[in-house]
Amino acid sequence: MADEVILLDFWPSPFGVRARIALREKGVEFEYREENLRNKSPLLLQMNPVHKKIPVLIHNGKPVCESMNVVQYIDEAWSDKNPFLPSDPYQRAQARFWVHFIDTKLYEPADKIWSTKGEEQETAKKEYIKALKVLESELGDKPYFGGDNFGFVDIAMTGYYSWFEASEKCGNFSIEPECPTLMASAKRCLQRESVVNSLHDPEEIVAFAFKIRKIYCV
Amino acid sequence: MAEEVVLLNFWPSIFGMRTMIALEEKGVKYEYREEDVINNKSLMLLEMNPIHKKIPVLIHNGKPVCESIIQVQYIDEVWSDKNPFLPTDPYQRAQALFWADFIEKKLCVCGRRAWTTKGEELEATNKEFLELLKILQSELGDKPYFGGAKFGFVDIIMIGFYCWFPAYDKFGNFSIESECCKLMAWGKRCMERESVAKSLPDPEKVVGYVLQLK
Repeated sequence: MADEVILLDFWPSPFGVRARIALREKGVEFEYREENLRNKSPLLLQMNPVHKKIPVLIHNGKPVCESMNVVQYIDEAWSDKNPFLPSDPYQRAQARFWVHFIDTKLYEPADKIWSTKGEEQETAKKEYIKALKVLESELGDKPYFGGDNFGFVDIAMTGYYSWFEASEKCGNFSIEPECPTLMASAKRCLQRESVVNSLHDPEEIVAFAFKIRKIYCV
Repeated sequence: MAEEVVLLNFWPSIFGMRTMIALEEKGVKYEYREEDVINNKSLMLLEMNPIHKKIPVLIHNGKPVCESIIQVQYIDEVWSDKNPFLPTDPYQRAQALFWADFIEKKLCVCGRRAWTTKGEELEATNKEFLELLKILQSELGDKPYFGGAKFGFVDIIMIGFYCWFPAYDKFGNFSIESECCKLMAWGKRCMERESVAKSLPDPEKVVGYVLQLK
C-alpha cells in the first residue's frame, strides 16, 4: 500500500525544517502544505488540537506533532535507511540530551534576538552565544554531532543554522568568530541535498525576520 | 560483569521519582544517593551533570545519563527484556512521547509557577493547572492507564504529580479530586504498584516541604 505522507508546515519555521530534512534524508515522498499561521486550516486544528502548531506530519491519516518527535517517528517508521539515532542506548541518550539542550537553551534567546532591542537583545545575544559555545565544545573535532554521519542532533541544529544569518543581521553580530568549528559544521549541514531542498534562500528568511521584527519591536 | 547503578536525587523531585519507578519496574538494583540541592551539591553531581547541575542523574557503570525522560527511555532500552514501557509500534511510541512532552513543557512549567507567583498571576496559574490536568484526564479516557491496559511510559512520567496533589490542593485552594476524579482514580491505581509505592514520598511530607519553602 502506498504511504500517504502530508506535512503541515510554515516555510521559515526552524522546526518545520527539521521534519522536511528528516523526510528527505529517508527519501520519503510527501505533500507539503503551507499553513497561514494567522488563519490556521481546519486540518491543522483537527490534527494538532492540543498545541495548534506546525509542523504536523500526517502519515496515512494519523498525526504526529512536535518537531523532534516527528523526526524520531520518521527514523523509526522508515528504519531501513539512513538511521538518525545510533543503536547503542547510551549514545542515544547522549543525542537526546543534546537535543533537549538545544531546544531549552537556544529557543528563547534566538526568539529575543529578532523580537527585542536594546539591553534585552544584548542579553539574548550573550545567552545565545554562550549556549552555542557549549554545543561547539560538545561537537569537538567531529564533522557532525552524529560523528562521521549527519544525525539526530544535526537535524535539530539545522533548524537554528537556517536562522543564523537572520539572527546575525537582526542582532548586528557575527557567530563565526565566536564559534568557528560550529560554523564549519553548520556550513557542511547547509550544503546537504536534503537541507538545500528543504530551505528557502537565506535572504528570504532574513527578509521575513525583519518583517516580523517590525511588528514585535516597536 | 555486575552492573553498577547509582541515582543522584532529591526526595521531593517529581523528576527523580520517574527514574526510581523505571528502575524498580525493571528490577534493577541501584544505590540511591540523596543530594542537598539547595545548599550543597556534591562534587559527584557537579562532575556528572556539569551542564545543568541538576538531579536526577543516573550513573550506569560510571557513565551519566541526565534528564528524567531521557533516563526512563534509556532504562527501557538497556533492560529491554522485561516490562517494556514504550509500545513497539512507531505511531504509538510517538503518541506516548507527545504526552510526555506535554507533561514536561506544559504541566511541569505551570506547576513550578504555582510556587513562585501570587495574587492575580497565581489565580491564572491555578486555573491553567487544572485545565492542563483536565486535558490529561481526557487523554486517559476510560483506560486504566495512559499506556492502555498496561502501566507504561506516560504513567511513569506523570505519576510523581500524584504525591504533590495534596500540596497543590492546599496552596491552590482547590480540590483536584473534585475537578479530576478519573485522574485521581488513575493515581490510586498506580499507587497499588510496588514500584510506585516505593518511589513516591508521603504526600504529607511533600506538604511539609512546601510549607518550609514558603
